Amino acid sequence: MNNINAPDIAIETKNLFIFYGSFAAVSEVNIKIEKQKVTAIIGPSGCGKSTLIRAFNRMNDFVPSSYVTGEILLQGQNLYGKNIDPVEVRRKIGMVFQKPNPFPKSIYENISWGAKINGFKGNMDELVEQSLRGAALWDEVKDKLKKSAYELSGGQQQRLCIARTIAIQPEIILMDEPASALDPISTLRIEELMQELKKNYTIIIVTHNMQQAARVSDYTAMMMLEKDGSRSGTVIEFSETKKIFTNPKDKRTEDYVTGRFG
Amino acid sequence: MKQENTIMENQLFRPLDLKKKMRPGESVIQALLFIAGLGSIFITLAIVYELGKEAWLFFGNPDVTFAKFFGTTTWQPGIGHFGIWPLVTSTLITSSIAIFVSLPLGLAVALFLSEYASPKARSALKPILEILAGIPTVVYGYFALLFMTPLLQSIFGKQTVEVYNMASAGLVMGIMILPLISSMSEDALSAVPRALREGAYAMGATKFETSVQVVLPAALSGIGAALIIGISRAIGETMIVAIAAGSGPNFTFNPFKAAETMTGHIARISGGDLSYNSIDYTSLFAIALMLFLVTLILNLISQGIINKFRQRYE
Ligand SMILES: Nc1ncnc2c1ncn2[C@@H]1O[C@H](COP(=O)(O)OP(=O)(O)OP(=O)(O)O)[C@@H](O)[C@H]1O
Ligand SMILES: [Mg+2]
Repeated sequence: MNNINAPDIAIETKNLFIFYGSFAAVSEVNIKIEKQKVTAIIGPSGCGKSTLIRAFNRMNDFVPSSYVTGEILLQGQNLYGKNIDPVEVRRKIGMVFQKPNPFPKSIYENISWGAKINGFKGNMDELVEQSLRGAALWDEVKDKLKKSAYELSGGQQQRLCIARTIAIQPEIILMDEPASALDPISTLRIEELMQELKKNYTIIIVTHNMQQAARVSDYTAMMMLEKDGSRSGTVIEFSETKKIFTNPKDKRTEDYVTGRFG
Repeated sequence: MKQENTIMENQLFRPLDLKKKMRPGESVIQALLFIAGLGSIFITLAIVYELGKEAWLFFGNPDVTFAKFFGTTTWQPGIGHFGIWPLVTSTLITSSIAIFVSLPLGLAVALFLSEYASPKARSALKPILEILAGIPTVVYGYFALLFMTPLLQSIFGKQTVEVYNMASAGLVMGIMILPLISSMSEDALSAVPRALREGAYAMGATKFETSVQVVLPAALSGIGAALIIGISRAIGETMIVAIAAGSGPNFTFNPFKAAETMTGHIARISGGDLSYNSIDYTSLFAIALMLFLVTLILNLISQGIINKFRQRYE
């Protein structure tokens, strides 16, 4: 068995189960996520999308009852292995949340803080500008970098959160419904941004918006509750987005993406 | 199914009525709340009036001038010395010591309780703090005199540390305020949304970086409120300073020397028999007014500092 990921694979799960106490919220997930692509995770509410994406950067560690079996491999290393430091994992795998959560600091410090704690020694002004440009926010905030981040609109705050994530230069950026609290124009900007970002980063996005998944992603993972009534979610189909939306293999996927379910 | 239908029909056939309704309950509650608010303003004004009236008599005395009051440093109204400063400085010194002890310690306890402690450690530590908060101040006073002072003397020497001294009283006052500061700060820290912590962790922050650099600033206005209440409590505290800080005004900046605070002085003088029109009697109201002013000024300053932070961060 070759444990090293193929060069174009960013992250891979092997027989992954995620539990809250004795309840397996996610079971038996085996997927390989490609580098520098956008991968969407879709599925009905409660099927474990957030649980799965949060396992990728060990955010579930903060839920005391949760644990994982199986493996998540980043460049061949199991993120849940014995000697793995979750802080280091999160430095490699950043996350943008559903609701924008900027820090109670200035716009500038929101970007510089993460870089600083990650030991960045270079030119901070340059990094801040680059990151804000990368998140398509620079022009809107360049004159008020010292102002509180809370003075920005929701859409701007979300792009600030993306900017602070790219400032630490992770390998992978996770996004859990990053546009669900935003208006259509802000949403569009974030979607355009993802296309830009995937040149350098691997992006995994959870979304409830089928059009969005179809527009932005290269691959799509369809999640559903298992049919056995265990209320445990799993990936029932994983392939190119085009295929999921035009020619799905699973009847449940077809029903879901076309809006017929239940 | 059938029931659902009838509900729907009822809704449909109810006449549209958007006229103003009488809501007597609402009005009664509103009136009660208004009266409560008015009452607290009235009581404050009444206190200021009473203080002001007697203080007016004091300042009306031909021997008393504002120049003497604010410009000299001996307080002995009985023999014509009216300099308020010795009482003010000892109040400020004991209170500063108390805040320097209780603020960092209280914040550390609050951070530990809200960010680090396991539920078990929390449930062990919180009752201890509540006990600290429940100890009568007279007990704290003797604790200062009989424990803290000897301790200070054994560290700094009996020559340096007087039997009655401001340091001992201030330190013990800090211990007294500690539960107040820590429990109010803990409330403020616990109220910081989880999303903010997760945001910090997702950047690869450690627990310490998250707690101190993200959660703490987010809780700043609540912590500021704790600080303000702590300061007021320290300035107003009477029993501890009356027992341990010394009796007799003394203009000194050496915390190891005895010096009477404003509150301690009022308590001691009013404890003896005073005639109502003596200068000693009216002078107490002048001191009380001064106390009121000092508290007000310090509150305004801390409020100003907090607002500045708030403007930046909220
Ligand atoms: N902290 C938790 N403790 C216990 N159970 C949890 C916890 N978080 C989620 N769950 C359970 O895990 C299952 C999956 O939840 P999850 O939040 O991953 O769903 P989701 O697909 O993201 O849903 P949504 O689309 O509504 O966000 C649900 O049954 C939920 O009740
Ligand atoms: Mg979710």
